[in-house]
Amino acid sequence: MRTVAFREALNEAIAEEMEKDDRIFLMGEEVGHYDGAYKVSKGLLKRFGERRVIDTPIAEGGFVGVGIGAAMVGLRPIIELMTWNFSFVAADQLINNAAKIRQMSGGQFTLPIVFRGPGGSAHMLAAQHSQSTEALWAHIPGLKVVMPANPKDAKGLLKSAIRDNNPIIFIEGEVLYADQGEIPDGEYSIPLGVAEVKRPGTDITLIAWSKMVKIALATADALAAEGIEAEVVDPRTIRPLDEELLVESVKKTKRCLIIEEGWPFNGVGAEIAYRMGRRCFDDLDAPVERLTGADMPMPYNHHLEQQCIPDVPRAVTAAKKLLYLE
Amino acid sequence: MSATEREAAELREKSRMPDKAQLAHYYHQMLAIRRMEEALAKAYALRKFGGFLHLYIGQEAVAVGALATLKPEDYVIATYREHAHAYAKGMTAKSIIAELFGKATGCSQGLGGSMHLFDASKNFLGGYGIVGGHIPLAAGTAFASKYRGDGRVTLCFFGDGSVPQGAFHEGVALAALWRLPVVFICENNLYSMGTPLYRSLSVSDVSQKALAYGMARDRFDGEDVVRVHDRVAEAVRRARNESLPTLIEIRTYRFRGHSMSDAGLYRTKEEVEESKKRDPITFGRELLVRAKMDEKDIVAIEDKVTAEIEEAVKFADESPELAYERLAEFTYKE
Repeated sequence: MRTVAFREALNEAIAEEMEKDDRIFLMGEEVGHYDGAYKVSKGLLKRFGERRVIDTPIAEGGFVGVGIGAAMVGLRPIIELMTWNFSFVAADQLINNAAKIRQMSGGQFTLPIVFRGPGGSAHMLAAQHSQSTEALWAHIPGLKVVMPANPKDAKGLLKSAIRDNNPIIFIEGEVLYADQGEIPDGEYSIPLGVAEVKRPGTDITLIAWSKMVKIALATADALAAEGIEAEVVDPRTIRPLDEELLVESVKKTKRCLIIEEGWPFNGVGAEIAYRMGRRCFDDLDAPVERLTGADMPMPYNHHLEQQCIPDVPRAVTAAKKLLYLE
Repeated sequence: MSATEREAAELREKSRMPDKAQLAHYYHQMLAIRRMEEALAKAYALRKFGGFLHLYIGQEAVAVGALATLKPEDYVIATYREHAHAYAKGMTAKSIIAELFGKATGCSQGLGGSMHLFDASKNFLGGYGIVGGHIPLAAGTAFASKYRGDGRVTLCFFGDGSVPQGAFHEGVALAALWRLPVVFICENNLYSMGTPLYRSLSVSDVSQKALAYGMARDRFDGEDVVRVHDRVAEAVRRARNESLPTLIEIRTYRFRGHSMSDAGLYRTKEEVEESKKRDPITFGRELLVRAKMDEKDIVAIEDKVTAEIEEAVKFADESPELAYERLAEFTYKE
């Protein structure tokens, strides 16, 4: 094992896969000469050259479409969106083309393509730059949605995403890039659609993904100090969802709190809550609960912003309510 | 263009007049497309299928002439008005009509319909239902050709209605910036649905858009299949040999409405009748007469087309539909 930053883990995944397969290229704004807006692609231009690491103008609808076209005829593009906030400019490409071409063509064309970039709020970036988009993408059949929480998952999941033959929405928590974590030495990958228990426990299940895993783990620590053993489960892939592992955990703990950064209405947590309610109805000792981002555009002001994002104190309170301790 | 220039151009075109066999091929293709769409319109009226049906009738010389410039490995991508391009790229009337009838024997197994004809084996990359949304994809396939150095050319068809869309400008701009081997063909039929060009674009010359991107351009009328072939061939050569894109505006006219529900109140009967005097199929037949093809040989082509389309309709009628149980496998690739 060795310790690397989240962004370095992503960089390794891209570089190792590009080394093996000439059909893979990286395209996006500032990915080359600038070395990446968030330095995920640092050094890749120098290593692979301008043919395979391609700077684009600011034209998401254009270069996302270019990636889709290239994937249709056999290349395996990695398209970097500087942030997922900018993906809406390319929403037609992602929703009407990437997600549908396989089906519309009767299975003749498949799209081995990864769309990746940072998502979620960072710090005082205001409404247009602080959005969790996973619920939007996961809504759409034909897309897969992947959201790693630590460097090990980031590298392993990105490798699987690059090798997958479907369009992948790969969302990297913007505030996770500098996080350090241990990753295995040598070659490894983590299959899509496989959740992971990030901390075992017996009294309540906390379901969280991406940066909310950190909140969930800190919440579990706080609860442990009061003698409550929380189990933290990270789906890692939003779609396909590893429903079985979540169900297994909830059936065991009989209580479930979902912590998500996104908006509550039609959120990913709403879907998970429905599934847990349906599958674990006879086992639950309390209704499935959600702690979500506030139901409003993100404000700029620091104190207001922090109140719009789930945090440990509110997660602890929500968990204790489910245990009838509050 | 001055009168002298026009004469010179006409002479040039005459000197390149293709042989009888090629003219017969053009005529066959254009007529088959016309008869296929007439059969589709009839079947639609009989409610054999539903959805949208956008007919190409009147514009046949554009697809047939343009696609005759290509090699089988070249890519073609088009809009929802793409029956003709699919046929001219080598797809059969059977696979097209069966697709519109929603049958499993259709080119997209009945999952795409009129607007989404695809054939990977013919490098026909599909018809797309969002106006202009496929134009960046054409830049993408051309990007792939340049990336691999495979020498292929992409032909991208769209209507004048696509030109105000952002996707048009982004796709064209990237193709110009990266010098991609693609030919963008705007089939200007003067109306985007029911809106005449002068109410949707600030200029009447669509090809001017190429100037802003430093791209080669061309502009001409599209009723003569030979002219379409020759002018598009120049752009295809530029793409293949110099890896440079071109924007071509081909002025044409659709005799039918935007779709089957179009009452056509936005243009006069006189205008439509006048345009029919420039019917590309009538003109294509004239070319055969001028090339001294025997009337009986021309009629033989026409009989062959009639039989081809009748057989295709019968095939589509008798074909099975895909079972619902199979549907899920088309959403994701295993």
